[in-house]
Amino acid sequence: MSTMTLFDRLLTPAKPIPRKIEIGTGTVIALAILAAWSFLSYTGQIGEDFLPSPSGVWESFIEKLSNGSLQKHVGVSLVEIYLGFFLSSIIAIPIGIFMGGFRIVSAAIEPIVNFMRYLPVTSLIPLLILWIGIGLEQKVAVIFLGTFFQQIVMVSDVARRVQKDLFNVSYTLGASKRQIVTRVLVPATMPGVFDTLRVTMGWAWTFLVVAELVAADSGLGYMILQSMRGLDPAGIFVGIFVIGFLGLVTDMAFKWIKDATLPWTHAR
Amino acid sequence: MGEVSIENVSLSFTTRHAGKVTALDTLNLKIPDRQFAVIVGPSGCGKSSLLDVIAGLTEPTRGQCRLDGNTIGKPGPDRGMVPQSYSLFPWLTVQKNVEFGLSLNGVSARERTERASHYVNVVGLSGFKNAYPSQLSGGMKQRVAIARSLAVNPEVLLMDEPFGALDSQTRAVMQELLLDVWQKEKKTVLFVTHDIDEALFLGDVVYVMSARPGRVIDTIDVELDRPRDYQVVTSEHFIELKRRIMSSLHAEVDKAMALSQ
Repeated sequence: MSTMTLFDRLLTPAKPIPRKIEIGTGTVIALAILAAWSFLSYTGQIGEDFLPSPSGVWESFIEKLSNGSLQKHVGVSLVEIYLGFFLSSIIAIPIGIFMGGFRIVSAAIEPIVNFMRYLPVTSLIPLLILWIGIGLEQKVAVIFLGTFFQQIVMVSDVARRVQKDLFNVSYTLGASKRQIVTRVLVPATMPGVFDTLRVTMGWAWTFLVVAELVAADSGLGYMILQSMRGLDPAGIFVGIFVIGFLGLVTDMAFKWIKDATLPWTHAR
Repeated sequence: MGEVSIENVSLSFTTRHAGKVTALDTLNLKIPDRQFAVIVGPSGCGKSSLLDVIAGLTEPTRGQCRLDGNTIGKPGPDRGMVPQSYSLFPWLTVQKNVEFGLSLNGVSARERTERASHYVNVVGLSGFKNAYPSQLSGGMKQRVAIARSLAVNPEVLLMDEPFGALDSQTRAVMQELLLDVWQKEKKTVLFVTHDIDEALFLGDVVYVMSARPGRVIDTIDVELDRPRDYQVVTSEHFIELKRRIMSSLHAEVDKAMALSQ
């Protein structure tokens, strides 16, 4: 192994690389993008009303922060997304587990779920506006409908893949059918449930912003739309960065909660 | 007590690609209490199906199994199962895996811990009490599976090629460990394998099964002294029995190959 040069190592598939190089490469790429952006904006290659400069975005961010508008929009969006996502998850997870665990449940609801799953939730937005207006309830409904059916299908796949041997062994240890569900099926699906939540949370952000772009009077999507109307690309950039940042934090939180509540998934 | 009798058991089922399959055909066996019985046979001969029937996981098409005279219906803790795939609960530590069966039946926490610790000790894993299955080697996982089934104090231990996935050194160690445990615990064991050496090393009696449909074609009493160690495999009696099993199995393996073509 020692005869392998660093260069060789970097170009070998699946080979681990030194930590320093791993971090360094990521940093260099990020800095390169920032440099290209700075070059294009500060030298006037692209106009300020088209591509804002990094400092312009920063100033816009500080301004929105100091007049409190950013906090307000972030607050509205967070309430909408967490409420919709939470409602969807607490109903979809048990349904998904039962659907994966019991053939009769999947026979009953799989056709409907699959039909609903292929309806793009964005196409339902006009109907939802007509029915429940443009307030919080509508955003929650969009997020709910967008994630709910996907979560059911993903969780049921996880539950269906639980090793049958685990059930058989449990029966021979004296488990009742109820105990098979509560003591084997449910814990066995938990890691997959977490992964499902992580993935669908990302989609929920998309649905939220779309819903806010279409019709809203507050929220990050609305803030972005207002910036567009005011020909303020820096404001749009602030919105985009904040959404990306919030998404990243949420994702890290999910990972952290999974590691803390399911220590066995990363025990080696 | 743990006397198992298998009376006229037949099992057939329908699969999509092979049509109707007869896995077991009018099988009769009587395994006395505390005997170590081994079934050898070509793969696909229905050995595992037979264990499933005794465990109560599969209902026989005809016939019945009895444990101490009582007809076997549903699975229960009187018949412990150790599958090849270990099937440990990955979310539980070694200790909690072994406690699992006890916790299902409302045994108090203190007694649970005590009994589980005892069996963790018996299989030599007290140093790994708090490890998760993903942190264990194959042999260690199978020891946990054995401890887990012993903890609920079954009459019979049903073992389905439990060491089939282990390397040969680990397998030898596990065989000796199993004999040791069996001698201490005095359970009836029904052990399924396709490894003739393993069958003779472990068993009081070895049943040779035919290719599908599974029938017992030879019954061999293994008259080797216990406790056995690894030197018995070179003894004359051992080799003679091995030759006998090989010759009856050889024809069956040919048949099994023909069946799967």
